[in-house]
Amino acid sequence: MSPLVSIAGLHVAFNGVPVLRGVDLALGKGEAVGLVGESGSGKSVTWLAALGLLPRHAKVSGSVRLDGRELLGAPAAELDLVRGGRVAMIFQDPASALNPVLTIRKQLCEALALHRDLQGEAVKAEAKRLLDLVGIPDAARRLSAYPHEFSGGQVQRIMIAMALAGNPDLLIADEPTTALDATIQAQILELLSAIRREMSMAMVLISHDLGVVAENCDRVAVMYAGRIVEQAPSNQLFADPVHPYAQGLIGALPPLDGPRRRLTAIPGTVPDPAHMPGGCAFAPRCAFAAEPCGLAAPRLAPIANDRTVACIRAEASRRALLGMAAE
Amino acid sequence: MGRYFAIRIGRAALTIVLVVTFAFVVLRLSGDPALMILGPEAPPEVIAAFRKAWGLDDPIWFQYLDYFSAIAQGELGRSMRDGRPAIQLVLERIPATLALTLPAFFFKVALGVPAGIYAALHRGSSIDRAVMMTAVAGFTVPSFVLALILVLVFAVQLGWLPSGGQDSWRHAILPIATLSLGGAAVLARFTRSAMLEVLGQPYIRTASAKGVPWRKVVTSHALPNAAIPTVTILGFMVGTLIAGAVVVESVFAWPGVGRLLVVAVANRDLAVVQCILLLVAMTMVTSNLIVDFLYGFLDPRLRAKGAHA
Repeated sequence: MSPLVSIAGLHVAFNGVPVLRGVDLALGKGEAVGLVGESGSGKSVTWLAALGLLPRHAKVSGSVRLDGRELLGAPAAELDLVRGGRVAMIFQDPASALNPVLTIRKQLCEALALHRDLQGEAVKAEAKRLLDLVGIPDAARRLSAYPHEFSGGQVQRIMIAMALAGNPDLLIADEPTTALDATIQAQILELLSAIRREMSMAMVLISHDLGVVAENCDRVAVMYAGRIVEQAPSNQLFADPVHPYAQGLIGALPPLDGPRRRLTAIPGTVPDPAHMPGGCAFAPRCAFAAEPCGLAAPRLAPIANDRTVACIRAEASRRALLGMAAE
Repeated sequence: MGRYFAIRIGRAALTIVLVVTFAFVVLRLSGDPALMILGPEAPPEVIAAFRKAWGLDDPIWFQYLDYFSAIAQGELGRSMRDGRPAIQLVLERIPATLALTLPAFFFKVALGVPAGIYAALHRGSSIDRAVMMTAVAGFTVPSFVLALILVLVFAVQLGWLPSGGQDSWRHAILPIATLSLGGAAVLARFTRSAMLEVLGQPYIRTASAKGVPWRKVVTSHALPNAAIPTVTILGFMVGTLIAGAVVVESVFAWPGVGRLLVVAVANRDLAVVQCILLLVAMTMVTSNLIVDFLYGFLDPRLRAKGAHA
């Protein structure tokens, strides 16, 4: 099956400082993929670059294909049809993501008018239906309200309604629950999965919360310093992480069952993008680093069916993990 | 909403009282109008008679109360020089001043706002840098220097335009240009930074992410938001329509309110100065009230606060 979106060799630099250093990622129709990694690892930038939403001074190269059509360097008119029409995006801080001086109706109908062949009353009816769908009570009346009259969770629901306006094939949810209370987080994630199932829409869930990703995604890609270092089906990644960084991330999570254990922290800090070490970017923090790690950046290579990892010491780290588990 | 404006109107009234009081006190402490108008050689009994006639002998608090009770009856005093009502002298000059400041206001907006928007949209381009350099120059050069440069170039060197007076519309060109350039520079800088601030907001990215073409993102998402801070500075400019041309009118010998003010201050013509200052305070305060009202219109968040206040 040909992928819905395929990203290959995506590089992004801001003022000469590389932020993405060759991202490869493919996404099937209707698939839910989680993108995890710490702040600055390039999770959001990957998708902002793919949709041409980065500021002009960002230098983007590589390839992003949607159904085989190249998006990088595509004419603005074509990108405007893709954005919100085929690929929609919702953002981290819902409170500032809606225009404060325009009513919800205006913002929703704008998206509908752009991507759907609807006229007059039909637009309003559809706007109301979308608000109902995302669970905004009293939708008909609330359409004429302004963003500041809603709570954070409600605004994120409205953002989701707006994203659904164009019936997209893919929804990019960029940290959709980070700014929300824990109880609201669960509701929003529940809403996202329900809608995804109903509309058989693909989704990319960008998060630094591994738990959120594990529950909502079929597959996970782990990013570190502008590259994907490991990707695997969710259950496999959490049971058996191979890349030392992925191991570190999962080792830092408290287990829900089993005996209490000391959480491990990854030593050191993320390298400064302006002064990336040569070779593997994780090597300076890696317990398994060997001499060749500093020579060349490892490429993503398959290690099993549907699993890839970018680490030349994968075998050693995996053995170590298995050894620890056996103890 | 009603209370929101009641508070604002109350504050506006207080501002006017403070301005008038300040002017009243400073004018009376800074020199004797009798000496200024009659000259130091005047005989002492003439000076004494003048003081008595204008009530300058009374204690200052008495003069102050007297002045306010007169204002309350709509009496703004008479000029000490020719005895005509001060308000009449001032009103006569207003058309001349507006003949400069109204076109200048139009040009400020017509030049400054588009230049600021354009510079913000093409941030870092050579046009942006040129606009900003002009703007910085335009607002660091004092208006009398700019006025003199314009006179030097267009009146003295090229001989295209008169250097002063009010005989024809050609006499108005240089004063209007002086006022417009400085104001346009301020407005361009302000609009640019307001626009840049808005363009960096997440909701602009949201609009682009839902497929709104860039031109429409600018017109229907960015501009309505950038208008909010820009209205502040526009309100300030409206406030200076009556007496914002003091320096320019002096340089170009333009017989407007500004020049009347300069002459009246020099002569300690108390009633005239106070009358002008009262008028200036009232226009400033009125334009601020209009700005407050426009905020409520432009920004639904403030509208809501007003309603709850």
